[in-house]
Amino acid sequence: MKKVIISLIMMFGIISSTSFAGTLVINTDTSDAAPKEAFEYIIKKFEEENPDVTVKWNVFDHEGYKQSIRNFLNTDPPDVANWYAGNRMLPFVRAGLFEDVSDIWKDSGWVDGNLSENMEHAKKSMTIGGKQWGIPYTYYQWGVYYRKDLFTANGISVPTTWDDFVAACATLKAAGITPITIGSKYLWTTAGVFDYLNLRTNGYEFHMDLTLGKVPYTDPKVQAVFDKWDELVKPGYFLENHAALSWQEALTPMVNGEAAMYVMGNFAVAPLKEAGLRDSNLGFFQFPEITPGIPMAEEAPTDTVHIPSKAKNKTDAKRFLIFMSRADVQEEINKILGQLPINKNSSVKKGDPFLAAGLNMLNNAYAMAQFYDRDAPAQMASEGMKGFQEYMSNPDRRQKILERLEKVRQRVYK
Amino acid sequence: MELNNSKPKRITWWQKNQIKISPWIFLAPGLIFFFIYVIAPIFVSIGISFYQWDGLSPSIYVGLQNYIELLDDEYFYISLWNNLKWLIFFMLAVPIGLGLAIFLNQIVFGIRLIKSLFFFPFVISQVVIGLIFTWFYQPNYGVIAPFLDLIGLEGFSILANEDTATYGIIFAGLYPQIAYCLILYLTGLNNINSEQIEAGRMDGAKGFHLFWNIVLPQLRHATFLAIVVTVIGALRSFDMVAIMTQGGPYGYSNVLAYYMFEQALSEYGYRMGYGSAIATVLFTIMMFYILFFIYRMYRNEREDNN
Repeated sequence: MKKVIISLIMMFGIISSTSFAGTLVINTDTSDAAPKEAFEYIIKKFEEENPDVTVKWNVFDHEGYKQSIRNFLNTDPPDVANWYAGNRMLPFVRAGLFEDVSDIWKDSGWVDGNLSENMEHAKKSMTIGGKQWGIPYTYYQWGVYYRKDLFTANGISVPTTWDDFVAACATLKAAGITPITIGSKYLWTTAGVFDYLNLRTNGYEFHMDLTLGKVPYTDPKVQAVFDKWDELVKPGYFLENHAALSWQEALTPMVNGEAAMYVMGNFAVAPLKEAGLRDSNLGFFQFPEITPGIPMAEEAPTDTVHIPSKAKNKTDAKRFLIFMSRADVQEEINKILGQLPINKNSSVKKGDPFLAAGLNMLNNAYAMAQFYDRDAPAQMASEGMKGFQEYMSNPDRRQKILERLEKVRQRVYK
Repeated sequence: MELNNSKPKRITWWQKNQIKISPWIFLAPGLIFFFIYVIAPIFVSIGISFYQWDGLSPSIYVGLQNYIELLDDEYFYISLWNNLKWLIFFMLAVPIGLGLAIFLNQIVFGIRLIKSLFFFPFVISQVVIGLIFTWFYQPNYGVIAPFLDLIGLEGFSILANEDTATYGIIFAGLYPQIAYCLILYLTGLNNINSEQIEAGRMDGAKGFHLFWNIVLPQLRHATFLAIVVTVIGALRSFDMVAIMTQGGPYGYSNVLAYYMFEQALSEYGYRMGYGSAIATVLFTIMMFYILFFIYRMYRNEREDNN
């Protein structure tokens, strides 16, 4: 009898402790070293500022998260989950699994200054159907990373126009250096090249129309993009065998001085430096202009935090999102991440020329694209990137590939 | 007498039917799980193939739309064709396994160790084999790169070429499969009737003749089993493809099983209906084969009993 009473008391104890309002469950995919450290910092600081809240943090494997988020949003929703901006969050918004957080964006009383103003350039990519569905906390630039010493040795200066860029490739090729390295085994790297060619040839609006499915892939303007791409693919300016290599493996020729450039995101800097490159021989430049007069939009994928609509503790979840939007918090996180804060009032880690260049470029950007596989719906993106890879290996099949992509577009966006 | 006083013993229903029922009770746990995890999902999956569903939003009934789209899908034909290549070339594991088994079926010092070394590839995980072969094939610095240089294919990448990728993966897949066939044949060779071989020798059979007419017929069961596991291995060739190429370059090394996964469950997919349609096609192909297999087993058993 005694035992029964004790176990009953214990059960009540367990029940009451789980229903206690101050527990905040956070799920993230930050399994890599730097993102993990950043979240450790965030959570520690949040708990210090809000002693009444206990954070329960579940870290998922980065790849596995893409699968598990679909399950846990329905069955075992946390109070906060991280994800990505743009079309990538569309399926969850559409299925009613993310909470509308427009009030945080609207009400300046919540935070230091008006959020919509401080994060204005990122608002668009957080908006679906006129509402905001999460808070962005970090992003990074894309562009061309290059070997300064190889450029100097061949008398090349940083190209700002397409003709200069193609001429630089020709010079490098003639000197026996692969002009542009790329590893397309996992497909997405090809999309970086396509995005920039399209943004520079046709501009941001057309790129968005294309990724939103409003323009056919057989459109002459898309053909124009591939005409430009032809100028790089046909003379063999890209690394051979790129389909066999991951993006990391394709760094090797660049480290060895066998390749000179890489169209990449800023996350490539860390492994390049680890492999021995220094600020003195590794540089960054903005993807050159193609059609003169078109405003320069950039590629800047954004990471975000959201509240699942089935969350149990939405009050504290909102406090956490507001906390994540603060300038001082974003500044600290991004110092750890080596990336750029979204909040305009945050300053950037000093002494990193790549971040400084990125910040300067993005602050002057006309608009920001999220990357092909976040702007276009997943099914379109997967077929599109497969097509880009096939094109880069067989430029002659361009027409066939574009017709196939057009078929996919008509199915996906109907 | 006391005996007469007692009522006739009533036989309960349970006692009457005990013999009939007990096998089913013993089978029940297995049958229940077989039904829940094998039979039911087959029908659910066929059902899903008539819907358009991303796993989150409500599903929409589309009738045969998924199958119609499949008929017009290039990648589907590429995958189907690759499945056929797998079926044909994976079969090489059977004769090679047999050859090795005969070679190893002798009594010399340390043969046990050598046998277990030959069996080793089957023990290694497929994932590990896939990874190692990917490194072998690596252009410029892989193990086979110097040989490719010799025949004038400098910097050639087997897995990045649409014509060679599938063969590269099949070759890697053969490595453990040969070991599997080898072990099947080694057990088979243990059971060979030595008297028959003696008799054959007396009658003047030797070499290939002896092997073909006396040894091989006795290995019939082993051969049958080896072919069965190899066909099934070829049809479910998923892990190697997933590890080595992810179906690349641009879908040219895809097989149906991986294409199904890519469409239904990968990061960019979540077309459950379409994936199920591919699964249904794969299931139909396998069904033909399984029926044939069951029929042969049934016939053999009857022959053995008669």
